[in-house]
Amino acid sequence: MEEAQRRIEAVFRIEWARLVAGLARFVHGDLGTAEELAQDALVAALETWPQDGIPREPGAWLMQVAKNRALKRIDRQKRWEKKEAELTRAMEDRQECSADAIEEAADDDVGDDLLRLIFASCHPILSAESRVALTLRVVGGLTTEEIASAFLISEATAAQRIVRAKKTLAESGAAFEVPRGRELAERLSSVLEVIYFVFNEGYVATAGGEWMRPALCEDALRLGRILAELVPNEAEAHGLVALMEIQASRIDARTLPDGTPIPLFEQNRARWDRFSSSAVCAL
Amino acid sequence: MKFIVLGHANKDTEAGVLPSPEEFDKMGKFVEELVKAGVFVAGEGLLPSSKGARITFGSGGKTSIKNGPFTESKELIAGFSIIQVKSLDEAIAWMSRTPSPEGSSLEIRQLFSDEDFAPVDPTGDLREHDAKLREQAAKQHGNS
Repeated sequence: MEEAQRRIEAVFRIEWARLVAGLARFVHGDLGTAEELAQDALVAALETWPQDGIPREPGAWLMQVAKNRALKRIDRQKRWEKKEAELTRAMEDRQECSADAIEEAADDDVGDDLLRLIFASCHPILSAESRVALTLRVVGGLTTEEIASAFLISEATAAQRIVRAKKTLAESGAAFEVPRGRELAERLSSVLEVIYFVFNEGYVATAGGEWMRPALCEDALRLGRILAELVPNEAEAHGLVALMEIQASRIDARTLPDGTPIPLFEQNRARWDRFSSSAVCAL
Repeated sequence: MKFIVLGHANKDTEAGVLPSPEEFDKMGKFVEELVKAGVFVAGEGLLPSSKGARITFGSGGKTSIKNGPFTESKELIAGFSIIQVKSLDEAIAWMSRTPSPEGSSLEIRQLFSDEDFAPVDPTGDLREHDAKLREQAAKQHGNS
């Protein structure tokens, strides 16, 4: 891949979750549309950034481009509805909300959107595998290809899981909100399960010929750290990060230099990564 | 993978000029962004080289000591951060956002991971010893 394109994709990757999260609220929790708009913004970036350079605030740039596209869509939809004389009161309300949401979005806390996105992608109405695929895609910023290779499934299967998950969410009318009260505990468990599943999949790598896939462990750790920052008062989130840190610190001790696995009871505990272990004990 | 990001020194850092409250605030916000993204591992700022020294190892076990300041300020370091990201491109993407003053520069270098030493340490004994020392050091500093 060309260097300029790699650079742009790296910028895009670190903006992805916040972009999708902000757009998802903008389009009332429709993750499918949010992702499409985000992809459109990437295309626009790939067209303009190589000449103009990467803007100073790429996140704001991408969000603006994506929102302009969203507004065009709403506009098109409006015109079409007028023409067809099928403008129902319900749709009108929805569009008014969309226009208001632009103003709102400018002030709202980005963290809230990200948290909404995490709760949506880990929604209990989705199957376990759909939750995992959707979370890695929309929050982790992995491509369908990367998800497919991580779980040793075909790219078509991975894409299908994600599409199905978004469709299920849209059809269920699940609110794009951070759950409150008693629901929060239940929904948080689902989020923690998804993150730990990703971690374990990397750690045990049951599905693969490769015995361990540290990249997946790193993805899970990153998701865990992001979550713990978003819900600082939830001890379970911090507990999960600590647990993953302990296990991740054993990764280097689990294989011989040629990649042969070493059973746990034969592992040399001195080789467990002290840096990670001490991070746990400092908590 | 982990990277160390080295901030190069300039006249101001070498003169011990502290950042203004605004600069300090901007940098704090940037680090906060890194922490929120689960990327930041550690970071520190360095005092001017006038507070440091250099040791050169000569022939026959002779060492020579030179006290700071050191003049070739282009090679001097004024601070560092350690980050954990997926690729060098991602490290570049993040660190390009550092609110550094005009004319300053950063160097990004990947850190060795434990497996990288396998060719020179096939039995793992040296790494094991190294891990023990790290554990001891962590304990001494109350991190363990």
